[in-house]
Amino acid sequence: MNSAMPEHTLEAHGLSTGYGTDNILHDLDLTVPPGRITAIVGANACGKSTLLRAMSRLLAPREGQVLLDGKSIHRMSARLLARTMGLLPQSPIAPEGIAVADLVSRGRHPHQNLFSRWTRKDDEAVDAALTATRTTELAERPVDELSGGQRQRVWIAMALAQETDILLLDEPTTFLDISHQIDVLDLLTDLNRERGTTVVMVLHDLNLAARYADHLVAIAKGRVHVSGSPEEVLTQQNIRAVFGLESQIITDPVSGRPMMLPIGRYRVLGC
Amino acid sequence: MVSTSLQTLIANRRRRQRRYRSVVSILALLVVALFALSLAIGQTVTPPLEVIRVLLGEQIGGASFTVGQLRLPRAVMSVLAGLSFGLGGVTFQLMLRNPLASPDIIGITSGASAAAVFAIIVLSLNGPFVSIIAVVAGLGVSMLVCGLSFRNGVAGTRLILVGIGISAMLESIIAYILSSAPAWNLQEAMRWLTGSVNGAQLGQAIPLLASLAVFGGLLLSRSRDLEALRLGDDMASALGVGVARTRMLIMVAAVGMIASATAVSGPIAFVAFLSGPIAARIVGSSSSPLVPAALIGAVLVLAGDFAGQFLLPSRYPVGVVTGALGAPYLIYLIVRVNRTGSAL
Repeated sequence: MNSAMPEHTLEAHGLSTGYGTDNILHDLDLTVPPGRITAIVGANACGKSTLLRAMSRLLAPREGQVLLDGKSIHRMSARLLARTMGLLPQSPIAPEGIAVADLVSRGRHPHQNLFSRWTRKDDEAVDAALTATRTTELAERPVDELSGGQRQRVWIAMALAQETDILLLDEPTTFLDISHQIDVLDLLTDLNRERGTTVVMVLHDLNLAARYADHLVAIAKGRVHVSGSPEEVLTQQNIRAVFGLESQIITDPVSGRPMMLPIGRYRVLGC
Repeated sequence: MVSTSLQTLIANRRRRQRRYRSVVSILALLVVALFALSLAIGQTVTPPLEVIRVLLGEQIGGASFTVGQLRLPRAVMSVLAGLSFGLGGVTFQLMLRNPLASPDIIGITSGASAAAVFAIIVLSLNGPFVSIIAVVAGLGVSMLVCGLSFRNGVAGTRLILVGIGISAMLESIIAYILSSAPAWNLQEAMRWLTGSVNGAQLGQAIPLLASLAVFGGLLLSRSRDLEALRLGDDMASALGVGVARTRMLIMVAAVGMIASATAVSGPIAFVAFLSGPIAARIVGSSSSPLVPAALIGAVLVLAGDFAGQFLLPSRYPVGVVTGALGAPYLIYLIVRVNRTGSAL
């Protein structure tokens, strides 16, 4: 789309935050490589989603800060931030009976204000978002009648209509069957390749993360345990440290990326 | 070169816009028609021409009194109270994403009503002071309800249950003040228990008009943010809405409007509760239901008051009629929400 898109930097410095009295993240440092796909992985309750919430201003840091192009996102105007960074939360709510095109149009919110009217540019952004997510055919259908996979595509379309250079997604593949998981991850890869969008997502499935992400960030106990290319992150030692699991790493015959085979107490040859 | 998908998209959007505009126009016409009807028809029928002459300030024997003194203040009050209840109610339902979270169910109207009754009967106040006390009490009750239902954020169901409890308590306070009042007056009592526009005076319209202009204007200017909030707090925040601040602003405006109306007409039963869902049913989820809901509020109060006075065997205050309409819907909604857990 726009190859001359400015590349934004997004980083966290000394970030500590959480809910209630305890911190979930402890003095965490993270740099998101611009124009790449980053996947945040880790065990349950390690702070992956909390990290994403803190990076997107849903949760204020108690110590440290999150910097977008060197400026603290908590001191920027919410609207300006929303023009650069989009977020797909885990469970967004579709108003009852809303049509797909209308929901996607809501993604234009940060580009409008009290006095500006809906323009041709807004229509074009919505159209492009529907086309990119192959939801043009669904445009007039009510969102609540769609299947889970279609619905997730519609939410991504809404985030695309927002036209942000950075997109954060909190477990975009949960509740989807495997074919729709692949569908969503392919779609995000299209977005990254065609628009140069920086994608940051929390993913549950380590092997899908290793296959689709350029950069992996493994979180353990509220800190970045290790980050880097899938080859650097997916090692037996790291899996043991992050998930407390024995494993074997092989090369994924389909993608050539590393792949983790878990080793449990049963069904292991030679035991 | 314009792609066909873009053309279709634009055509469909325009079609929805046209539909929204025609719904709003039809509702506005309905309000005007009911307003005119309630000026012309009463115990006697006043010819339209005479009504217009009275409105223009001419003195006509008989008509000046019935139209100018009795019917006009009543109709004006019905419209203003209806707009306020409709707009304030739908705001709460949208913001809390639950049709049961209407101010007349979660205790805000009862709070304003109790404060108004207290100000009038115990403190012998009148006019704008009553409105101010009602607004303060409405804000107090809404903060109390939010505070009591707060646990890692305000959750809908807990807030509604707490609100229903508070509401019941406040209604017994109203009944207590009324029954211990020196001059027991059934008309007055009905006003503070179910809402009525009996004995309305034009002077009372001024605080109501002011609150509609200030609070209503504020709400309409925030309608886009309110639409974003319908997608969930996280999504609204991702779309650039300052959630906490917007919520606070919207709540103060909605409570202010509801309480100002309650201070004058009493808690007209279920108008705030009914208007939003009716509006949403008519305009769909594509457009903001704020303006349609306000107009439906006015229609409900005008029509309810007219029916209460002239269509039923005896004369009832408007709240009795709207209450009879609202109660079955409340039951239906509770049964349905119980099954599906749905939002507005």
